[in-house]
Amino acid sequence: MKLINKSHVAKKMPARLAVNTICKGLFFLATLVGLLVLAILFYRIFTQGIGSLNGDFLQNFASRKPEEAGIKAALIGSIWLMVVVAPVSLLLGVGTAIYLEEYARKNWITTFIKVNISNLAGVPSIVFGLLGLTVFVRALALDRSILAAGLTMSLLVLPVIIVAAQEAIRAVPRDLREASFGMGATKWQTILKVVLPAAIPGILTGGILALSRAIGETAPLVVVGIPMFIAFLPQTVMDTFTVLPMQIYNWTSRPQEEFQQVAAAGIIVLLILLIFMNSIAVIIRNKFQKRY
Amino acid sequence: MNMTLTREKESPAIEIDNVGSAALTEKVYETSNLNLWYGENHALKNINLDMHQNEVTAIIGPSGCGKSTYIKTLNRMIELVPDVKTTGQIKYRNRNILDQSYKVEDLRTQVGMVFQKPNPFPKSIYENVVYGPKIHGIKNKKILDEIVEKSLKGAAIWDEVKDRLHENAYGLSGGQQQRLCIARCLAIEPDVILMDEPTSALDPISTLKIEELVQELKKDFSIIIVTHNMQQAARISDRTAFFLNGEVIEYSDTNTIFSNPNDKRTEDYITGRFG
Repeated sequence: MKLINKSHVAKKMPARLAVNTICKGLFFLATLVGLLVLAILFYRIFTQGIGSLNGDFLQNFASRKPEEAGIKAALIGSIWLMVVVAPVSLLLGVGTAIYLEEYARKNWITTFIKVNISNLAGVPSIVFGLLGLTVFVRALALDRSILAAGLTMSLLVLPVIIVAAQEAIRAVPRDLREASFGMGATKWQTILKVVLPAAIPGILTGGILALSRAIGETAPLVVVGIPMFIAFLPQTVMDTFTVLPMQIYNWTSRPQEEFQQVAAAGIIVLLILLIFMNSIAVIIRNKFQKRY
Repeated sequence: MNMTLTREKESPAIEIDNVGSAALTEKVYETSNLNLWYGENHALKNINLDMHQNEVTAIIGPSGCGKSTYIKTLNRMIELVPDVKTTGQIKYRNRNILDQSYKVEDLRTQVGMVFQKPNPFPKSIYENVVYGPKIHGIKNKKILDEIVEKSLKGAAIWDEVKDRLHENAYGLSGGQQQRLCIARCLAIEPDVILMDEPTSALDPISTLKIEELVQELKKDFSIIIVTHNMQQAARISDRTAFFLNGEVIEYSDTNTIFSNPNDKRTEDYITGRFG
């Protein structure tokens, strides 16, 4: 006796196929919404800002006159910030992830730590600003320096990097570790030669996302007290500075119409910097994927 | 007639060893009163087994009988599993490896392992073979080149890969990958090779090649092999241990186990009545 009525199955078939088609359309629409908004944003910013974007704009300091206003201090400042944030956050983040995933015993304490790191990723950035103000600016007397701001930003993005690195490390197949241990490799040799090379693409993806967040973040720097208007370039990490998003925020809050165009030009510069950073990550990633 | 083991926990195992010439070979492993728990689960119960130099010792038994657990205890790979507890002794060359002062790294340079699933590194064939020697500090390019050739020849895969040593190992077939893993294991010049169901993921022809290889390798190494496949144990091993529910039911020379088993359960298993 057959339990399945084939004619019933055949009758249901068109409806199943129709639902599939409808779902495909819905998901395409969802994708389209994001893409459309992005396209509109790009269109607006480029039409508005491209006129102001020229050599002078890149070489001038900020100014009260929109036609003379430039982005030099902020652009260089953002790069300085990255010079501090990238090594500090990546080294601390990847180091923490390695410890938690490879060395730490699996017990309730490490579970507690892991959960809290994920929670930290959701803490508002302004709270990190307050932390930076208390610890780095005041207690360690680093003042409103690149170092103080950079360390604050590093703390802000650290949870994201740790979580991404943990996931990348965890995704390395267990049998590769076993193969390495089986030949008498120490834990560190296994991490260095097997785990990290396999995890680097994932770590970099998370790392770049985190750095992109750091380069676009304003709130913690406002709390730390980074100035919005500056007419000199920092010489060391102990100097004060400003960054692109602060400068853009400053321009957009001005009443003059011309400053809106200057701000749009600033956003273009920020976008180009982001694309540049992302492409570096892609290059490094491809290099490792080729080798492995 | 041969080595048998009592299963009763209250009385220690008595070995009656008169396998003749084989009894003269040196023992590489002596396991006495080994017990192992995964948390609350008593996975190995009072294991007493000796393994001999230049022999192939097969461990057979149904799934979940503890044979994989046991072989992983021999190089302490079992420690990767959290919450494992052991009691008793495993002496490797007269030193108790379960003693925590015995460094696992040290043990594993003497005792290589081939795993169930071929697990080459996602690197070139050459890099796979030199991985072990390199981590042991050998840097000389000439020596490394020689190790690669010798190991790949030893694993009977040299002719197939000698022209593409620098290609990724993932391009090899499953059987070739497993022989590469054996080569990688030979490269550290171990004393003992542990094989945990090395052919269970392979096709019959690749399996045959590995079996032939094991016969070659026992001239230079002592081999302990876990296998699902009773015919394989019968074909390639000198001694066979039959595990059931974490206990050694019978341990004897392979001919005896397969032609004249002592225990009813061994007979039932090898005749295919269960398992």
